Amino acid sequence: MIRGLTILLGFQLLGEVLARGLGLAVPGPVLGLLGLAAALMLAARQGVFGLAGVEATDVGKAAVTLLGVLGVLFVPAGVGIMQQYGLLLEHGVALLAVLVLSTVVTLVATVWTFVGVKRLLARRSGGRDG
Amino acid sequence: MAERFDLWVYLSASPLLWLTLTLAVWLLVDAIVQAVGRNPLANPVLISILLVAALLVATGTPYATYFAGAQFIHFLLGPATVALAVPLVRHWPIVRENLLPMLAALGVGSVVAVGSAVGLAVLFGLPEGVVTAIAPKSVTAGVAMAITSSFGGDPALTAVLVISTGVIGAVIVTPLMNAMGIRDYTARGFAVGLASHGIGTARAFTVDPVAGLFAGIAMGLNAVVTALIVPLLLR
Repeated sequence: MIRGLTILLGFQLLGEVLARGLGLAVPGPVLGLLGLAAALMLAARQGVFGLAGVEATDVGKAAVTLLGVLGVLFVPAGVGIMQQYGLLLEHGVALLAVLVLSTVVTLVATVWTFVGVKRLLARRSGGRDG
Repeated sequence: MAERFDLWVYLSASPLLWLTLTLAVWLLVDAIVQAVGRNPLANPVLISILLVAALLVATGTPYATYFAGAQFIHFLLGPATVALAVPLVRHWPIVRENLLPMLAALGVGSVVAVGSAVGLAVLFGLPEGVVTAIAPKSVTAGVAMAITSSFGGDPALTAVLVISTGVIGAVIVTPLMNAMGIRDYTARGFAVGLASHGIGTARAFTVDPVAGLFAGIAMGLNAVVTALIVPLLLR
């Protein structure tokens, strides 16, 4: 438990140091994610554990636990909505409309692109095989 | 009576009360949401936020006092992002298989997310401060707040818009994808993670582990891409 958490925090720290030290636009935790993924991949290649066994390692258990309760982590920042009372009264309806419309458009554009490109690739490789 | 008041004065200002309360409210809401079969409309993040906010307003507790306790939960957002490395490695073969569709969807999705938010905000006549704060709304809170700050915007307002976007996406995604007839969980997950960051990812993990993984990947990638394109669009 402590070992797993330490590894997660250690890679986040490494990411923050790199992001700030080099002035990168990439956020520290994202760099930490890439670093940990590379380290785990390397360990799997060396045969320390199989890809399927990664969740049974110390860091794997800590990660699975944390990701299982991801939702609650957003509650403290979300409660900050109580500070925006005035803005919500004045522009609440327009804000909600913009957020809903933009989110729907984004979801549709993203999923269509994903599925479209996947089909295109499948058709091309299917044509080559056949 | 005076003693009881003293106790309240002590507790309401100590981190312990609001930390415990946030977790207790979450457990209660989560149990109720599970009882109604994880209906997408019963979003546990939204319900918990509203309940805690109502409690704070009812007791006249300032948000800063609350956050002094709840920040210990908030802090875990960082290690939770790093934690996505584990499902990424676990499901690496399926990720590699979907690399090209992912990159294409990332390019289109991130531009549409920022462009539609800014365009609609201007169209609906929202003030300039809101337009700046709404641009990175699809990106995870910490990164979005940093982007807005670098343009002299209000990071607190951005946090609220980001979390609202997360909740909206988490509520809409399942009925929308079902209506569109999309059954590919890699694609569904990727879309909700891109549009609605961690709250969308939390929802995706409750639906399907692979959807959750692709949501998490999209969240991480979109944080990077949005940090690069918002400066181009707002300048």
